[in-house]
Amino acid sequence: MAVVSLRVNGATHEVDVDPSTPLLYVLRNDLGLRGPRFGCGLAQCGACTVIVDGVATRSCIMPTSAVTGAITTLEGLARDGTLHPLQQAWIDEQVPQCGYCQNGQIMTAKALLDRNPNPTDAEIREGMEGALCRCMTYYRIQAAIKRVVRGAAAAAGAGNRAEEVAG
Amino acid sequence: MSTSLQLPRAVEDALRAVNPSLSRRSFLRSSGALVLSVSFGAAPGGRALAQAVQAGPYPDPDFLQLDTWIVIHPDNTATFFVGKTDGGQGTGTAFRQMMCDELDIAYEKTSLVMGSTDVTPDQGGSGGSDAIERDGWPMRRVAAEARRVLLELASERLGASVAGLAVRDGTIGIVADPSKSVTYAELVGGKRFDVTLTGRNVDATTGEAAVKPVQDLRIVGQSVPRYDIPAKVDGSLTWAVDMKVPGMLHARNVRPPVAGATLRSVDESSVASLPGFVRVVRSGNYLAVVCEREEQAIAAARQLKAEWTPPAEAPFPPSTELFDYIRRAVPTSSGEPRVTGDTQAALAAAARVVEAEYEVPFQGHTAIGPAHALADPSDGQMTIYSNDMKSYGLRNGVARFLGMPRDRVRVVYMDGPQVYGRTAADDVGFEAAFLANELERPVRVQWMRNEETAWDTKGPPYVFKLRGGLDAEGNLTALEYDARAVDFNHLGYNEPDTVLIAQLMGRRRERPAAGSAATPSIKYGIPNQRLTGHVVALPLVWETPLRTGNLRDPNGPQVTFAFEGFIDELAAAARKDPAQFRLGLIEASAEDDVFRKARSRSVVRAALDKYGWDERPSPKPRSAATIATGRGIAYTYRSNTVVAVIAEVEVNRETGGVWVKRFVCAHDCGLAINPTGLSHTVECGMLHGLSRALWEEVQFDAEKVTSVDWASHPSLRHSDTPETIDVVLVNGDPNPDRPDLPHYGAGETSHKPVIAAVANAVYDATGVRLRRAPFRKERVLAALRAAQS
Repeated sequence: MAVVSLRVNGATHEVDVDPSTPLLYVLRNDLGLRGPRFGCGLAQCGACTVIVDGVATRSCIMPTSAVTGAITTLEGLARDGTLHPLQQAWIDEQVPQCGYCQNGQIMTAKALLDRNPNPTDAEIREGMEGALCRCMTYYRIQAAIKRVVRGAAAAAGAGNRAEEVAG
Repeated sequence: MSTSLQLPRAVEDALRAVNPSLSRRSFLRSSGALVLSVSFGAAPGGRALAQAVQAGPYPDPDFLQLDTWIVIHPDNTATFFVGKTDGGQGTGTAFRQMMCDELDIAYEKTSLVMGSTDVTPDQGGSGGSDAIERDGWPMRRVAAEARRVLLELASERLGASVAGLAVRDGTIGIVADPSKSVTYAELVGGKRFDVTLTGRNVDATTGEAAVKPVQDLRIVGQSVPRYDIPAKVDGSLTWAVDMKVPGMLHARNVRPPVAGATLRSVDESSVASLPGFVRVVRSGNYLAVVCEREEQAIAAARQLKAEWTPPAEAPFPPSTELFDYIRRAVPTSSGEPRVTGDTQAALAAAARVVEAEYEVPFQGHTAIGPAHALADPSDGQMTIYSNDMKSYGLRNGVARFLGMPRDRVRVVYMDGPQVYGRTAADDVGFEAAFLANELERPVRVQWMRNEETAWDTKGPPYVFKLRGGLDAEGNLTALEYDARAVDFNHLGYNEPDTVLIAQLMGRRRERPAAGSAATPSIKYGIPNQRLTGHVVALPLVWETPLRTGNLRDPNGPQVTFAFEGFIDELAAAARKDPAQFRLGLIEASAEDDVFRKARSRSVVRAALDKYGWDERPSPKPRSAATIATGRGIAYTYRSNTVVAVIAEVEVNRETGGVWVKRFVCAHDCGLAINPTGLSHTVECGMLHGLSRALWEEVQFDAEKVTSVDWASHPSLRHSDTPETIDVVLVNGDPNPDRPDLPHYGAGETSHKPVIAAVANAVYDATGVRLRRAPFRKERVLAALRAAQS
């Protein structure tokens, strides 16, 4: 066992664990987080996804000691009590069936849009390919991502127009 | 003090997890002699009461007491208690809508508690897509009864006749004098109704009140957003997988490396020095390791040295030889043939006879989250936190398994990964309870991915032989259907002598369940039919990873693939448009010339209209393009729900890849409680069917399952998703004005015809008939090449 320092959702935590422990178990069992979940332990399904320094990371195989960056989990997406646009889109599109995989879907989509705010349909499929859903909500997930992309484009368009008027 | 508070808090957390909208405000538990509050902080004495609730015993909530179902709170809100579970299809929201409508209270002012054995009446949990169709009725009736009782109380309070009263959102007023009114809370808030209901069983539960006519329902029919979704996307929900109690341990199972192996010895010293090690538990061939921390249990289970003796005889043939095995096997049982007319004579007289064989392999549940449960043996009780869809059955089964009185065991139902029949036999709930009992401490168990994919329950594989006769005009005159399914020892629901741990411990029932090989419930007019089903067994019957159980519409996708695929072959042989061929068979049906026929006709036509179907026989004229396109239709009933699915496919002739570009589904399940929720369930049911059509197959060698993770057992992915999915809710009825338009089930119907629709579309595109699921690209490519040579 060793004391490991983790920065999660803006707060620093020190946990006394075997440093090889996959990050997932520390997040869930030591820090009490409920977003990332065990799906395969093989980095194949995405249910455990967290974002480390902007990169969607499979926490089920990531040794805790190997994580040096800032970790964001599903719980850390909301800002000042306002849901992240992806979370809101997930509600607006009524995406989940059981919902068990949706942590991975949302976190993967977050990393995708942070990388590429205006993906094509093909880029959405490709970017989301590794996130599995066994209730098969894929069509709804893709609709929710497109909703966020459209919303961001509309907001940007409105902003541009406002600037033009101001100019 | 803090310890004594932990467990009640956990109970409350669990209940809030079941329903995020349930706040910490006091809510009333209605099954005891007194109104008890588990919100221990709110009221004096609440803490003691909470402990009393926790400590048990846990008698069954009496379904004949109105207070069991509905509690009106002092703030004029209500909580409903129902004995159902929601696997993610939004049934909880639908139940609330139905009960709100009958009670006349705003949806936002209510909450719902589901499926926890000590606080909700036993409605059996979920299964068979009967939540809305069957269990919704007692909910509606008890809510209507509560409204009736409240009107009577208001009549007394306001000094006006019931006929002169009107209810609006939990407030009853005098129609002639709107200044006089009384709220539900003022009448019974925080108190009991003390009204006894009648009914032979929970399904028949009723009061004196009649339910509202359909035309008066206001909340039913609205697409109310699902209440459980926000907490599922912001990470705040406590799922069964998250449940923790003080002092809990973590366990992992160690499965036999070879099916049917006998555990000869266990070397505990191989793990005893590992950090956090607590104990190895062994009983017969059941083996588990228990540790303080989860990752420790995982490591220890991997490291534990055990010696197993393989069985003398191979447990099963390899999956590559499964269908040959099924064809050769002597059936363990054969159903009585369902016979209409004289099929032999009709086939002999036919102008054309078509024959075909279809094959479907074992397909698994392979839930995204492996099985898990937490069992807490505190206070001489056994509490299991579980996502078991049939939580009452788990309670009963565990009580028998452990030899505990039933009222000392309870199951707190919480959200979990998809169920579709998997948790109807909740192996892990029994394992957690067994280990907690052994260790006298709370134990949480979760299966690993390879364990789940290899050892979960599976849908039975089938071989079908079909013959059909057409007359000179291309009319179907005879159909012979012969099915063989590997389904001997089909797993029951939470039985203490069939769940996996019981099998491994040698606690088995004497006579395995016979199983079944289903025949199609044909709604077509076919004058001569002979339908037969045979069950066959694999050599290893017990302790096998190839256990059949109920997988979403347990036999429907297999049977419908064969039957609706073969109907398509007959249409093609008759050079008729496959949809018109089906409509002709529907019109020819003598079974029911009004209700079923009218609904079938409407659904098929609605699908054709939405798709923009052009009438022509399949296949399409051959083109030289690499990407061949085509469309296929399949139609079926499940229980009282009727569905038609059209798939439009692109087939890559060079790779064999099949992509369903578009799905259209026309669906009639009677009254739609929540159209958006229904539509999404229908959509996801189709895509689950598509996953089974394109990808899913359990593979095994002669001693173990070899498809054990998402690489070796592929599932549908984002890239397989259709570009367009259209769901048309027909929800028709020959008489739309009837006041009792029933609500039928929708959890499985759209799943059922998808394999057939895809195969029929591939035939339309390429002229190649796929008769062996799934349609992985190497198999499709081989079929395309075979057709060319």
